Amino acid sequence: MIAGFRLEQRGSIGPLRTWALSLGAIVVAMVLTGVLFAAFGVAPLAAFATLVDRTILDARGLSEVVRRAIPLMLAGVGLTLAFRARFWNIGAEGQLLIGGVAASGVALFSGLPGPLLLPAMFLAGFAAGAAWGLGPALLKVRLGVNEIITTLMLNYVAIYLVRWLINGPWKGRSLSGFAYSDVFEPAAWLPTIGTTRLHWPTLTLAIAAAVFVAWLLTKTRFGFEVRMMGESPDAARYAGVDSFRTTLVLVLVSAGAAGLAGVGEVAGIHHRLVDPASLSVGYGYTAIIVALLARRDPLAALVTAAFLGWVAASGDVMQVALRLPSQITGVTQGLVLLCIIGVEPFLRYRLVRVPRNAGNGPDGVRPVPKGVQ
Amino acid sequence: MDVGAVFVVTTLARALAFSTPLLWAALGEIVAERAGVVNLGVEGMMIVGALAGFVVAQSSGDPWLGLAAAAATGAVAGALHAFFAVIVRADMYVSGLALTIFGLGLSGLIGRGWVGRPLDRSMEFVSLPLLSQLPLVGPRLFQGQYLLTWLGLLAALMLWFVLHHTRLGLVTRTVGENPAAADAAGVRVVQVRFFAVVFGGLMAGVAGGFLSLAYRPSWGQGMTNGLGWIALAMAIFALWDPLRAVLAALLFGTFFTLSFSLQDRFAPQLLTMMPYLFTILALTLTAFRKGGRAFGAPEALGQPYTRGER
Repeated sequence: MIAGFRLEQRGSIGPLRTWALSLGAIVVAMVLTGVLFAAFGVAPLAAFATLVDRTILDARGLSEVVRRAIPLMLAGVGLTLAFRARFWNIGAEGQLLIGGVAASGVALFSGLPGPLLLPAMFLAGFAAGAAWGLGPALLKVRLGVNEIITTLMLNYVAIYLVRWLINGPWKGRSLSGFAYSDVFEPAAWLPTIGTTRLHWPTLTLAIAAAVFVAWLLTKTRFGFEVRMMGESPDAARYAGVDSFRTTLVLVLVSAGAAGLAGVGEVAGIHHRLVDPASLSVGYGYTAIIVALLARRDPLAALVTAAFLGWVAASGDVMQVALRLPSQITGVTQGLVLLCIIGVEPFLRYRLVRVPRNAGNGPDGVRPVPKGVQ
Repeated sequence: MDVGAVFVVTTLARALAFSTPLLWAALGEIVAERAGVVNLGVEGMMIVGALAGFVVAQSSGDPWLGLAAAAATGAVAGALHAFFAVIVRADMYVSGLALTIFGLGLSGLIGRGWVGRPLDRSMEFVSLPLLSQLPLVGPRLFQGQYLLTWLGLLAALMLWFVLHHTRLGLVTRTVGENPAAADAAGVRVVQVRFFAVVFGGLMAGVAGGFLSLAYRPSWGQGMTNGLGWIALAMAIFALWDPLRAVLAALLFGTFFTLSFSLQDRFAPQLLTMMPYLFTILALTLTAFRKGGRAFGAPEALGQPYTRGER
C-alpha cells in the first residue's frame, strides 16, 4: 500500500456519496466513449454536442429517448427488486419477449371487443413474463439450481420461440416473404403523443411500477424480507422469513414487469409480433445496467433508464448524423457497467493517513467486525 | 456394415466437435471456481477471443497464430475480471456480467468490417496416427476432427492430474475451500485466485478461437450465442471435476447432435432451442442427484477473501 496511508473500510455509505460515484462512473464512461469517437476520426466534443442537440434539445429526438427508456424502466425497476434479494435475474430479455408474445396472441386471436383488448394484452403480458420467471424461481428455491444460468438460457429459448412463431404458426397472411405476424387491429394500438412513437400509457405504467416497487421495498413486511434475504440470508432464515414464498412473489413481480415492457413494444411501436432482434434490441440486458447503476433503487432506476435510453437513442443519431458505427452504444453500455465496478472500492474503502510508527494491518486493510458492514 | 454402429460412431464424431468449445471454456471455469472465483464473463471472453483469433488469422494467414491471439485476449479479459473480483474485491457477479456485456459490445464494434467474410485459411482436420487406421471408427471418428478437440481431452486429463495430484492443485483447491486456512499456511490467496481466473480467461479465449478458426471459420456478431453461459453450467454439471467435464461435454454434444436427427419433424427454430433447454435440464438433474444441495461446490465459491474477516 501507499506509504503513510492505509485503506479503511467504511462503516456506512451515505446516499450522496453513492450518487456522486454513480455520476462519476457515467462521466468516466462518457470520456472513454469520447476517446472512441476520436479513434473514429470524429471530434468528441462536437460529437457530443450533436448528440445532445438531436436528442435532448430536439422534441422528436427527446421523444425517441423517452420511448427507448420505457422498456428499460419497466424491466429495470423489476430487476432492482430481484437484485435486492440477490436473485440474479438475467432473464429480463426473455421475459420481455414472452410478454410481447402473449400480448400479440391476445391482439391477434382473442376476439375480445376493442376497449377490453389493451387491458387484456397488458394482463396477459404480465402473466406470461411472470410465468417465464417462475421456472427458474422454483428451481432455485426448491433445488438450489443456479438462477443466473436458468434465466439466461430461457432468453435464448424465448428468442427462438418468437422466431418460430413468426416463421410458422403466426406468420402473417398478408405479407409474403417477411417474417412477422399480421398487423394488430387499431384497437390494440397504444396511443402515442402526437406523431411520435412515445406510447404514454406504458410510460405512466412504468412510473407507477417504480412507485409501487419502492413502496413494496420500504413500507411492507414483504419488502423488509426481500432486503433481509439480500443483505444477510442467515439472519433472514433465523427470523423465519419464508424464502420460498418471498422469492416466488418477488420473481413474479420482477419478471412480470419485464413482460409489461414487451407489451409496450408490440402494442406501442411495432403493432405486430416482429423478429426478437427488432422487438427488444437488448433492452433486457441493458435493464441490468439500469438496475445496477441505480444501486438497486426502483425510483432511481427511472433516472438511469432515461440515461441509458439516451445512449440507445444516440446510436441512431451517430449513424445518421455523424457516420459513426451504431455499435458504439454497445461499448458505451459495457463501459458504464465496468465503471460502476471500478468506483465500488471508493464506496467501501477510504484512504486514511497513518501517523508515523503506527501499527499497520497485515495487508493495509483494517479488519472490521462482521456485523458492522 | 452395421447401420446402427455407423450411426453411433457418426453421432459421437459430431458430438465431439460440438463439445470442443464447451469443454475448453468449462475447464477454464472449473479451475477459476475451484479457486473460489465465479466468472460470469466467460461468454464475453469467448467472443473477444473469437474475434481476435479471426482477425489475426486472417491478416497473418496462420490460424495457429490466431489461436495464440485468441488465448492471449481471453487471458487479458480474465486479468481484468481478476483485478475487479479478486484484487479490488468488487462484486464478482457484476464484474463478470460487465465483462460479458462489454466484450459483446466491443467485439461487435471492432468486428463489424469482418462480418460474413469466411476465413481464408482455417484450421484443418488431423488424422490421429494408428487410431485412424481402425475399421469403422478410424475414418469416421479419428480422421475428421480438429487438433483442438484432441488437445481439449488431453487438457482435461492434465488438469485433473494437476488439481488432484500436485501441490499446485492442492493449493488451488484449498484457496477455494478455505482461503483463511490457506492464508494461515502461507499460501498467497490473492495471487492464486488471480492466476486461476487469468487461466480461465485464456481457456475461454481458446474456446472462442475454436469457433472462429475451425468450427465455423468466420466472424459473426454474437457468434458464441450463449455457449459461454452453457460452459458455466457445465462446470456445475461436472461437479467441478475436469474428467467429468469431458463426459458432460460429450453427453451434451450427443444430445444436441441427436436432436438434429429430428429435423424432419420439427421446425429449425425449435431445434435451436435444444442446447439451452438441455442446460436447464442438466442443472436440474445435478440438483436432484445431490438432494437439492450444491454438493461438490468449493466451500468458499463466490466469496471474496479479505484477510482477518473470519
